[in-house]
Order: sequence, then C-alpha cells, then structure tokens
Amino acid sequence: MFDNLSQKLDKAFKTLKGQGRITEINVATTAKEIRKALIDADVNYKVAKSVTDDIKEIALGREVLISVSPGQLLVKITHEELTKLMGGEKQEISLKGDPSVILIAGLQGSGKTTFSGKLAAYIKKQNRNVLLVACDVYRPAAIDQLKVLGEQVGVEVYTEPDNKKPVEISKNAIEYAKKNNKKVVIIDTAGRLAIDEQMMNEIAEVKKAIQPSETLFVVDSMTGQDAVNTAKAFNDRINFDGVVLTKLDGDTRGGAAISIRAVVEKPIKFISTGEKMDALDVFYPERMASRILGM
Amino acid sequence: LGKTQVDDEVLDNLEEVLVTSDVGIETTLKIIGRIQDRASKDKYVSTSELNTILKEEIAALLVGDTVPDSKEFEIPETGGLPYVIMVVGVNGVGKTTTIGKLASHYHKNGKKVVLGAADTFRAAAVEQLELWGKRVGVPVISHGMNTDPAAVAFDAVKQAVDMKADVVIIDTAGRLHTKVNLMNELSKIKRVIQKFIPEAPHDVMLVLDGSTGQNAVIQAREFTKATEVTSLAITKLDGTAKGGVVIGISDQFQIPVRYIGVGEKMEDLQVFNKHEFVDSLFENAN
Ligand SMILES: Nc1nc2c(ncn2[C@@H]2O[C@H](COP(=O)(O)OP(=O)(O)OP(=O)(O)O)[C@@H](O)[C@H]2O)c(=O)[nH]1
Ligand SMILES: Nc1nc2c(ncn2[C@@H]2O[C@H](COP(=O)(O)OP(=O)(O)OP(=O)(O)O)[C@@H](O)[C@H]2O)c(=O)[nH]1
Ligand SMILES: [K+]
Ligand SMILES: [Mg+2]
Ligand SMILES: [Mg+2]
Repeated sequence: MFDNLSQKLDKAFKTLKGQGRITEINVATTAKEIRKALIDADVNYKVAKSVTDDIKEIALGREVLISVSPGQLLVKITHEELTKLMGGEKQEISLKGDPSVILIAGLQGSGKTTFSGKLAAYIKKQNRNVLLVACDVYRPAAIDQLKVLGEQVGVEVYTEPDNKKPVEISKNAIEYAKKNNKKVVIIDTAGRLAIDEQMMNEIAEVKKAIQPSETLFVVDSMTGQDAVNTAKAFNDRINFDGVVLTKLDGDTRGGAAISIRAVVEKPIKFISTGEKMDALDVFYPERMASRILGM
Repeated sequence: LGKTQVDDEVLDNLEEVLVTSDVGIETTLKIIGRIQDRASKDKYVSTSELNTILKEEIAALLVGDTVPDSKEFEIPETGGLPYVIMVVGVNGVGKTTTIGKLASHYHKNGKKVVLGAADTFRAAAVEQLELWGKRVGVPVISHGMNTDPAAVAFDAVKQAVDMKADVVIIDTAGRLHTKVNLMNELSKIKRVIQKFIPEAPHDVMLVLDGSTGQNAVIQAREFTKATEVTSLAITKLDGTAKGGVVIGISDQFQIPVRYIGVGEKMEDLQVFNKHEFVDSLFENAN
C-alpha cells in the first residue's frame, strides 16, 4: 500500500495549492499520509501521531531546501526521524558478574526459547562457557525444546524437571554454574501476559533473586498496537535492559520497534531472523526505518 | 442523554478506538464511511443509536452466523469417514495449543479423536503434541522428528479411518508465509491427505495470534493461496490485544472466525461470538 510513499506524497502535494513547496497547509495533509503509512506498519496510533507532528515541524523548518520532490524530502525526513528514534549508540549486552546472568522474558510464543539457544551459540563463539537454564515449568515440552536447542549448539542445559519453582531453579542453576566454571548463564522463562499478575510477580521474583546483569524482553516483530501496553507493563515490572525483535525474516513492517522504543526508551539489542540457531543479528536502526516505510 | 452530532470529533475518537484495536486504516475508514452514510440521513443520533449502528456495521463485516451455534464443537456429517482438520499458521501463534483444546472439547463430547504430529521440525514439537494427547486422552500419530510431514498426515488420516475415528486434527510446523518451499510443503500435505479422502481436509484452520498487527492480513492471503483456508481461530485474546485485524480479514477473504483462544489451559477455547467480540473492541476504550 505504501511501497511508493514518496510518490503518494508527491501526488498529495500536487493536488494542493502551492505545489512543490512545503507550507503549513500541504504539510498537514501529507503528514496525514505519513501517519497512515506508519499505522499500516503497526506503529502505535498515538506514537504515529506524535512522530508525524515532529516531522511536520522539521519539514516546515527546511522549506528553503526543497528541490524537485517535496514527497521525497518528507520521506527522507521521516526516515531520519525514525532512525533517530530507534537508534543512538549501538549497545552491547552486559556480561558483568561471575557468572554473568541473562534473563529472558516476554509474551507467549514470541521466540524466547529459540532466542535463548541462539544467544548461547553467539556467546559460546566468544569462547565463553555458557549454561542454558530451563525455567519454563508450564508449557508442555518446554524443557525438551530447550534441551534439543542446547544440544544443537553444544551448550549444556540445566533442568529440574520435577521442580515447579522458577526462583529455586534459577538460583540452583547459578550455584551449579559457579561450581562448574560456567561464565554466562542464560535463563529461559515461560511466556506470560502482561496482565497476568501471578505470572508477572513470578518473573519479578526471579529477577530479584538472581540479579541478572542483563534482562532482555523478547517481542514478535509482527505485534500490532498492543506492543506499547506489553512493553510498558514488562518494563514497569522487570525494568529490562534491552529488546529482542524476532521473526524479522518475514515481511512484517515491524512498526512495533518504534512503539516500544517510544514508550520504554530501551535499545533493541538483537534481531532474530529465522528458526535456525545462527539466525541472529544485531539491530540496525536505519534498516528498520526503511523497512517500516516500505523502502 | 440527548443527541450527539456525528461530527469530526466523534469520528476521530472512533478512528482511534478501531486503529488501536488493530482494525487497520483501510477497514477503519470503511467502517467510518458506513457510519457517515447512515448518520447522514439523520444528522443527529443519540449516543446509543450510534453505538448500535457501529456495532451492526462491524458485525456485518464478520462472515458467519451472528449468534454461535451451540453445536459448534460438534462435527459435521462426513458419511462415515473421519472429519479432517488441518491446522496452519505462522510460528508461535498457538496452533498446537489450539489443537489440544479442540481435541479436549471433541473428546468431552464423546467423539473419537486422533491427532497427527506433522510438525516434525520445531524442537520438541512432537513431544509437545504428545503431551497434549496424553492430557486429553487421545492418540497421537507420529513418525518422530525430522520425518516427512506429508507422510505423517497421510498415516494419521489412514489410522483414523482404521480406528473409525470421528475427527483427525493435523498439526503442522509454524512457517512464515514468505517461505515458498515451506508453503509448498503445506500444499503437498493437503494433496497427500486428498489421495486418501478426496474431500479432505474438510477444514483448513488458520490460526492467528490476536496480538498480531496488519501482517495477519498478508498471512491470511498467503495461507489461503497455499491451502484454501476455511476457518480462522484467533488466540491469546485473554491479553490486552483486541485482535481487530480479523474484521478486515474475514470481510476480505470471506472466511469465518470459528474459535478464540483465551488462555493456555485445555478449556480456554471458545466459540467465536460476533457480538461479544465487537463489544470487546470498545471495552476500556476512553
Ligand atoms: N521464522 C522465525 N521463526 C522464529 C523466530 N524465532 C522463533 N521462531 C519460531 O517461533 C516459534 C515460537 O518460538 P519459541 O522460541 O518457542 O517461543 P517462546 O517465546 O519460547 O514461546 P513460549 O515459551 O511458548 O512462550 C517457534 O516455531 C520458533 O521456531 C524467528 O526469528 N523467525
Ligand atoms: N495466553 C494465551 N497463550 C496461548 C494461547 N494459545 C496458545 N498460547 C501459548 O502460546 C505459546 C505458543 O503456542 P503453541 O501452541 O506452541 O504455538 P504454535 O503455533 O504451535 O507454535 P509453533 O509450532 O512453534 O509454530 C505457548 O506458550 C502457548 O501456551 C491463548 O489463547 N492464550
Ligand atoms: K483482549
Ligand atoms: Mg519458550
Ligand atoms: Mg506447534
């Protein structure tokens, strides 16, 4: 629909007075087109509104610079803004502590377990001794799933099949890591809804008990408008350090990336781009901006 | 209260509520257009009239009966052969869980259920379905991991016939609709089943995650191309996501929403009710 956003914007300019120039009047109309495009890309309604308001201001300020295509200029400004919004310094995950502990959290089916396996492989490649920990005590075969992935990447998986208490399991796993010279501990947890009080208490307690050096919030890049609620709720409870965007190997625009960034101001640290254990990448804000704009 | 003018402010609010429920701009504008048309006859309508019109218009976009048939969990007559349901969708939406829940409902209704573990790819996918089978108390046909999913599906259907089962539900691996090979694999699974029962699968159920945004529209289009989807299930509606994207999907592809998932437990599957769904869009809306 907005593969040709700049063409569309050009057209909008032409039908307006003072074509070829950015004015209060035509920028308002074209900003509406941009807002629609952002919403179509699943950027949250309110976030899209505030982003386009900013873009309007900037566009008016740059009036003198207009050359051939005001549409292109607006798309360029939008692209820059989105990049800035999602970007900043590239941020690594923190591997402080001995062992350093990484806690993985998120909604059901977002890709936590798969990502845990990938992260273990990624860290192992840096010659660090990793331990995966199975703290999803609910989902059928969740422990088996992590075990299979651990085997695939050659990383030991700590499990306590009969223990239903994630706080205990994670604490025991860290003790085990200390005794067995494991330098990094990755804790996979069950998927949970942000409004599930009991489950949110559980993850908050796990975090409190193990004091991770890094807490990552894993989110499906196909998520729609609800991304803001979920991200905010998880952040309020576990104050995560970074975001992992998954399933970007599909064709989703991934507007949730902007929404999340706007509500919690936490960096996106990794992207997940497939089911295989090497389908992990760092996040490039400008690429994501292009994707969201369908460029 | 008195009359409200259906003015820009009312319509802007409506736009916000709909878009925030993932209805999408296009469908939102379609709904707003219809409201404007109806309201133009009578410039002032009461708030309650407006609400009624609104809900009617949205419900009209959703294909299928307005009030769910209480017999929804019953199985249509197929002339003595098992009713074959093939379940498809992208990764992690809730296919396997929905199958477990469906199996439980059918089983409780006294039906003989067989499950087919044709996700032979995702780590521990077979174990997951087997645990559901055990939980519900129904047999799961599997060839283990990394085997040919079409062969599993064929075998499951065949064994269901042999066992004189009423229904067989085939689980498939999650796949993104952009992966051509994997989409072809689905078409193949379907063809192989048809070798055994030509009119099967009687139902190809596309599972959509209720928190998914506009990408769900493309999912519906692509899965329909590959397998002729005949019903939708929308999961994870126990959260704050509204799942509004199904309105446009149901309208555009003329596929009914049959079930909604409202939790992770066996009983957390409900027959889709248009009115309740439409009402839920406006719950907690400011
Ligand atoms: N295509 C694709 N699939 C992915 C990606 N990451 C995960 N998946 C798939 O998504 C599905 C869900 O992934 P899981 O890792 O089980 O998700 P989870 O968050 O652990 O799920 P729960 O534990 O049930 O909450 C599986 O089919 C994975 O193979 C990705 O980046 N791309
Ligand atoms: N809250 C909630 N969680 C659900 C619902 N349906 C499924 N889930 C959870 O979502 C996660 C993924 O469910 P699965 O059934 O494994 O999804 P799938 O589509 O089979 O996943 P793949 O086979 O990996 O593609 C699991 O943690 C389920 O418990 C639902 O209606 N509500
Ligand atoms: K809901
Ligand atoms: Mg998991
Ligand atoms: Mg599955």
